[in-house]
Order: sequence, then structure tokens, then C-alpha cells
Amino acid sequence: MLLLAFDTATPAITAALHDGSAPLASRTVVDQRRHAELLVPSIDAVLREAGASRRDLTDVAVGVGPGPFTGLRVGLVTARSLGHALGVAVHGLCTLDVLAWEYFGAGPFLAVTDARRREVYWASYRDRGTRLAGPAVALPHSVEDRGLPAVGYGAALYPDAFPDARPPQYPSAEALAGLAVARLRDGVPTGPPEPLYLRRPDARLPGPRKHVTPA
Amino acid sequence: MADEPLVLGIETSCDETGIGLVRGHTLLMDAVASSVDEHTRFGGVVPEIASRAHLEAMTPTVERALAGAGARLADVDAIAVTAGPGLAGTLLVGAAAAKAYAFALGVPLYGVHHLAAHVAVDQVEHGALPQPCVALLVSGGHSSLLLVPDVATEVVPLGATVDDAAGEAFDKIARVLGLPFPGGPPVDRAAREGDTQAIFFPRGKYDDGTLDFSFAGLKTAVARWVEARERAGESVPVADVAASFQEAVADVLTKKAIEACRRHGVPDLLIGGGVAANSRLRAMAEERCEAAGIRPRVPRPKLCTDNGAMVAALGAELVARGVEPSRLDLPADSALPVTTVSV
Ligand SMILES: [Zn+2]
Repeated sequence: MLLLAFDTATPAITAALHDGSAPLASRTVVDQRRHAELLVPSIDAVLREAGASRRDLTDVAVGVGPGPFTGLRVGLVTARSLGHALGVAVHGLCTLDVLAWEYFGAGPFLAVTDARRREVYWASYRDRGTRLAGPAVALPHSVEDRGLPAVGYGAALYPDAFPDARPPQYPSAEALAGLAVARLRDGVPTGPPEPLYLRRPDARLPGPRKHVTPA
Repeated sequence: MADEPLVLGIETSCDETGIGLVRGHTLLMDAVASSVDEHTRFGGVVPEIASRAHLEAMTPTVERALAGAGARLADVDAIAVTAGPGLAGTLLVGAAAAKAYAFALGVPLYGVHHLAAHVAVDQVEHGALPQPCVALLVSGGHSSLLLVPDVATEVVPLGATVDDAAGEAFDKIARVLGLPFPGGPPVDRAAREGDTQAIFFPRGKYDDGTLDFSFAGLKTAVARWVEARERAGESVPVADVAASFQEAVADVLTKKAIEACRRHGVPDLLIGGGVAANSRLRAMAEERCEAAGIRPRVPRPKLCTDNGAMVAALGAELVARGVEPSRLDLPADSALPVTTVSV
């Protein structure tokens, strides 16, 4: 197995390679605005670092959010196009599950990311592999059990709402790869590469025609 | 012909997911998935709805293009993609897909300018472009006059709209007349029954000596005229308004295009963009070109609107001319200057 994993649902652009037993290479850059520019070069870099070719890939795993839409779509369209062109399976995993997978403390706990507009995306977990509630989008102060330990940049961003913020702040593709490998090994179904937007597009229906001459 | 490289073009600058396959000057397949129906009730393109639709349409449309051309992805020799201008969010979906395909297939990537692609598409219809030529490109997103010494390397802006694009005026007038969005086709249909001389609407910047356009004044004049009739309790002669409006648009576009040809001593005029599908603009351009001794080149309507074939056609020209490919970290630029043919 040679699994390529990446996530662009947060300000981090993160890519990693995993052979089924261990991660081989990984790279993470935090740059809110350059997901589309940096993702394929990052993928290229981890393949080179591992001395592997794109033709050796057997699986692609991608974070499906929730996350700001533009960055999220970059990851998903990249995953689908790579899967299409290389003829390999593409697995979709919740980005909050990836953050949770790197938390080794006792549960329950939360994973929280920045949803912008003063809201957060959140989910709660019994342990690093078991989600209890979410994913959902909410105002920080209205998240259930927000006093629990909380990983993710969304918790660090609103310390009043989340008094027990913990690392990591961003998901890593190494964790995404590890989680995907674990699920595939255990026969737990991974999802399709479908985005978790959790919000409708902003679009307003036009009102009655506006007149150019005053009534 | 079979040994010319096969280029796959990706266009996502607005609401059409366009995938084209071109070999040299031969169009093999042009597949378009449009999200226009989802925008109709909003009276305009909603960027987030368009971006979501591009993500969903990308792989199926690539598949459809390949199936139509009887080709496999492994046959593709290069990928071309619109790098700008356009809606920032929709451009990124196409750019990311293009990079992934280019990387996975191990083929070069060309990020290209949307307007240069509108010019290049004529090569799959009428063969090699006469160079230099003048190009009039009009749509809902752009209205430009260009001098094209070499479509692969050099495009010079001569004029552009100072306010609205011509296609936006069509959308607005359609709304005033109670016709659906997008306004181009329904206004054109309504105008068929109308009198082009019924009402004289103003032609913005008609005699100002520049090669720029202005459609905001025309738009307002039509709305005022219609409102005055409505206020007087009179019925609105939709066909006459549509025909007279369309006449004003075609008049100013063709006048300035021919002026551009004359000034630069160029006998070939290419017309493209969605508004180039308008029947009155096509007819008037033909008439006036003939009178002025200019050869008009207007691709068939399906190639005038946004599509992947145009991007593939420009990509094929870049490959044939040995232009340096783009890097895999190329940015999409919603305001890419027209002088940048490829990034
Ligand atoms: Zn266009």
C-alpha cells in the first residue's frame, strides 16, 4: 500500500505519504491564501522525499472538512482528479476526526476549527477514534460541553468560550494518513470525497425590479 | 495530424465547466456542464453556487469529453487551464484540477488568459489566425477590443468597457422586460419580431475618439423608457424595445471594431464571447465588414460562449510554438492582465 493523504480545510496545507505501516514523509505549510498554489508542489515534495513515484500510489485520502469553502474545494478537486487520472481509490475523512486522532489525552474532548464569521466548526469525541456529536457549525459560546479539552485552532481563537484549548491547532496529513490506514485495516468504511460545507451558499433572491426613475 | 499533441483544456472562470480536447487545429470534443439553471432565480451568477457546481462537474465532464473524443486520459499530452480573469473561487477549482491532472499524467501544464483563449478558438473553426488581427470580445464578464499580433505571445489591449460589460446590459434589459436570465438569448428572440428603428437609444462613447465602450447609460435609458410607458399605463412593446436596444449595442460594438481595424491597418476582425452569439451583432458585423473591406471571423455560437475548447485551442498553439509551460504552483488571478497570454 502507498497512501497519499492531504487536507486543505483549514489554513494548513498538509500532505503525507504512508505505506500502510508507517508514515514515509510529510509536509505542512500554514498559508491561508495559497492552498491551490501549494498543494500539488507539496504532494510532489513528499513523493520525492520518500523516493516514490505517483504511479506507485494505491490510495488517496482527503480531508472533507468542514472548512472554509474555497480551500476545502482545492483539496477535494485535487483528490478526485488524482484518483481519476491514476485510477486509485479516493477516501474522504472528516477533518475534525483527523484533528481528534492526534489527541492522546483522556476523553471526552472537542475538536474545533475556525468557520469564520465568528463561528466555529466543532465535533465531540469519546476517544481519539470515536465521534460523539457533530460535525456542526455554531457560535463559540453555544457549543455543547465547551468546557471540555478542545483541540484545533477554533478553540485557541476563542479562549473565553473554550477555556481548555489544547494542541494540535491544525490537522496534519500524517494523522489523516494514519486514521485512513487504521480504518481501512479495521474495515471501517471511509467516506466519499464529498465536501462537508454545513452552510448554504450566500445568495439572495432578487426583490421586485428596482426602478431607475424616482416614483 | 495524429502526431500533433492532444491538449485537454479546462475552463471554469464563471458558471460553465468546460472541457475541450484539441489536436493542432482540430477540435475533437467540447463538453460543457453549466450551472446556469441554478443561477436563474437569483438573476445573476452566484459565485459560491458556481464553485460548488464546478467541483461536482469536473471529473464527469472530463470523462464525457474523453468518451466523445474516443480518447483516454493516457493519450493526453498537455493540460491547459484558464488562469484568469474570472471569479476567484471558480478559477481555483479549475486550476487545482488542472494541476492534479498534469501532475498525475506527467504532462506539461499551461495556465492561460481567458480572452486570448476566446481568440485562439477560432483556429479550430477557420484554421490558422491571420496575424495580426483585431478581436472584439463581448460577454457578460468582458467587453474588449484587442490587437493580436501573435495569439501565443502578444496581445495588446485597444479598448474596453468603462462600466458594464455588454452582456450585463442584456441581463438587465431582460429583467426590465420580464425576460429570464441570462438575458442574451431571450432578448435576441424577442427582437426578431421587433422594429430596430422604433426607439433611438443612446450609444455611449460613440464619437469620443476612443476604442472604449460604455453600456451603463444605455441600460438606464432603456429602463427609463420602459418605466415611463408603464407609468403612463401603456403596454410595453417588448419586441421593439429589445430590437432597438440590440441595435444600439451592435451599432457601437461594430463601429468601434471597424475603427480599430482601420487605425491599425488590420484587415481581419475576429468576434467572440457570449454576445457574439447575438444574431443582430453577427449580421451587422458582416454587413459593415464587407463595406469596409474587412474579413470577419466569427466562430459558431457554441464556440463563442465560454468553453473548454478555447482553452485547449490556445494550449495547442502554445505547445506547437514551444512556449514554456507553467509551474505547478501557478496562481489563479481573477484580474489577470490581458497582456499575459500564459502565466
Ligand atoms: Zn468569456
